[in-house]
Amino acid sequence: MADTALTAAPAQRPNIDGLWVVPPLLVLAVLFFYPLGLIVRASFGEDAPSLATFEQVLTSSRFLDGLYHTVVIAVSATAGCIVLGFVLSLVIAFVPFPGAKLAGRLIDTVIALPTFLVTLAFTFIYGSAGLLNETLMHVFSLDLPPIDFLYSQWGVILAETTVYTPFVMRPLLATFATFDQAQIEVASSLGARPLRIIRQILLPASLPALVAGGSLCLLLTVNEFGIVLFIGAKDVITLPLLIYSKAIQEFDYTTACVIAVVNVALSLGLYSLYRLAIAHFGGRRAGLV
Amino acid sequence: MAQTAVVERTPRTESVVSPAATISGGSRITFDNVSVAYGALTVLESLNLTVNPGEIVALIGPSGSGKTTALRAVAGFVRPSAGRILIGDRDVTYLAPYDRQIGMVVQNYALFPHMRVEENVAFGLRAHGAGEEVIRNRVPECLAIVGMSAYAKRYPRELSGGQQQRVAIARALAPKPQVLLLDEPLSALDAQIRRSMLDELAKLHRDLPNLTVLYVTHDQSEALTLANHIGIMRDGRLKAFGESQSLFRHPPNRFAAEFLGRANLLPVTDLRPDGGQMARVRFGQAMLSARNHHGIPADKECLLCIRPHDFRFSRAAEEPNSISGTVLSVQWQGDVQNITLNIGGEEARMTSAPMANPPRIGETIAVHFNPAEVTLVPEDAGRG
Repeated sequence: MADTALTAAPAQRPNIDGLWVVPPLLVLAVLFFYPLGLIVRASFGEDAPSLATFEQVLTSSRFLDGLYHTVVIAVSATAGCIVLGFVLSLVIAFVPFPGAKLAGRLIDTVIALPTFLVTLAFTFIYGSAGLLNETLMHVFSLDLPPIDFLYSQWGVILAETTVYTPFVMRPLLATFATFDQAQIEVASSLGARPLRIIRQILLPASLPALVAGGSLCLLLTVNEFGIVLFIGAKDVITLPLLIYSKAIQEFDYTTACVIAVVNVALSLGLYSLYRLAIAHFGGRRAGLV
Repeated sequence: MAQTAVVERTPRTESVVSPAATISGGSRITFDNVSVAYGALTVLESLNLTVNPGEIVALIGPSGSGKTTALRAVAGFVRPSAGRILIGDRDVTYLAPYDRQIGMVVQNYALFPHMRVEENVAFGLRAHGAGEEVIRNRVPECLAIVGMSAYAKRYPRELSGGQQQRVAIARALAPKPQVLLLDEPLSALDAQIRRSMLDELAKLHRDLPNLTVLYVTHDQSEALTLANHIGIMRDGRLKAFGESQSLFRHPPNRFAAEFLGRANLLPVTDLRPDGGQMARVRFGQAMLSARNHHGIPADKECLLCIRPHDFRFSRAAEEPNSISGTVLSVQWQGDVQNITLNIGGEEARMTSAPMANPPRIGETIAVHFNPAEVTLVPEDAGRG
């Protein structure tokens, strides 16, 4: 009997580890998938589901104009972020100046600020009654403000570039912090001047961080709402602003939902590209994970 | 492979020009009273040193001794706070590194990871504006010098440490510099590969006899194997400099004797001249003969510098230059036997060929040395 007791298999405990996935799924379902589902459902019309609204919205000049502005602003701002972020990161990482470390840390502070704050600051500086225009009008005795770019597509691009450049700088600075300085020194001893070193040594080394940071910027600028609304640029309407306009101002929820579905598809597509870029270049090397 | 030209700086040219056109006075490296300071901290102090064309000079010393700073000053990565650095007759003290026409190899190779081996080697040529035809000829030539021809298409990550270091050397040699700076080039390699690379570096210099090399290392065996002259540094100062064998045989001070070859230093008194460069000194009760290479005056304190391999077992205690000691330890290390002795209260090391019946610990034995092979070292000169 004792032998039997010893050799009997212990009662197996049910494996409940897999159940831990349920709470986050529930939260996601309630807070994300259900509202998203409602939007998708609403985009097919209130009665029998149909693609008629899609066809109508996607061919309308307002939607195409919104899509055009969204893409142009996002791509231009991302390009600006990449160029500006690369140059600033190079200076902070490789040009010895007092306060370089502090400047690097301030990048995180800029990321933490609300996006409209920069826009507000821009209004004070570049706006019609801003510091720059007032000074120029006073100095040159002008009747009208000479600087008038803020309330245009360029103003939006400049504001988004300013706000999102730290998103490129953060991974770049992480890459440069671990970069082997001996490579720069050896390149220099081989006769390479600074521009060649930047082009042939530093740029290839920072490509993973640039692509990852740039993809993130593109994703964020495509969906940017606050800056565009706050600047209120004339004739500049982007997809998020169009959704707002249709839903809140015109109460045309079906059209708003169609545009929202397109915007979500665009965002998910860009996010997939972002993940692919990180996977391809190695997030760890880019200082992103 | 004559090392006689640098690639001219004019783009798209297919020829190379003599460095004499750009570097007059050959490839001599001159440190003229060079000091380097970071704020109040002086890391290199009044260094005067000349590396003659075609010579290998090794700078050795413990960490923080200033040897790497000296090399980096030649490369242009450290700006002297005083003094001048000349390459040939050209004052390069304030010249940018890319204008100095030097080659440099560092400890961690610093190969460009996104470039294939051949692109790494071609980098310096392109930077100097060499044409494609020059690059097509020169890159295989340099890879052949270091035996890496078969690896031209590989990326650095696909190579072993030794192979990467060979590529780094080929890359440094490609623009045909007259001055090659080696900053602890073998430190990252394991012992076996290091020995083989050491042989290859020696062969490389035989093949490129005009190449002037400044070699920084903390490994004395590398310095002794490769260098024509050795400089021993400590606390930012050059403590000793001389022809390698002479410096090993006749170290000018205590630090040089201890750092280069870990010599036994026995305090001796009563120095008396004994004809020519020889002198007699007293160690305990024994009167010993030794070479007074540095001409130490009779009233000065000095040390008897005996290398471990200079001790021989004495058949009788009455043998000339014989001293007795108690065996403290015996270690067999394959091809040598290390014995530690207590000689008159001083610990001394001796090495011998392996013995079937080595002396036992606690046993008193007599050892002697050839007076011509040991030297007297001034006691106070090397302190501090």
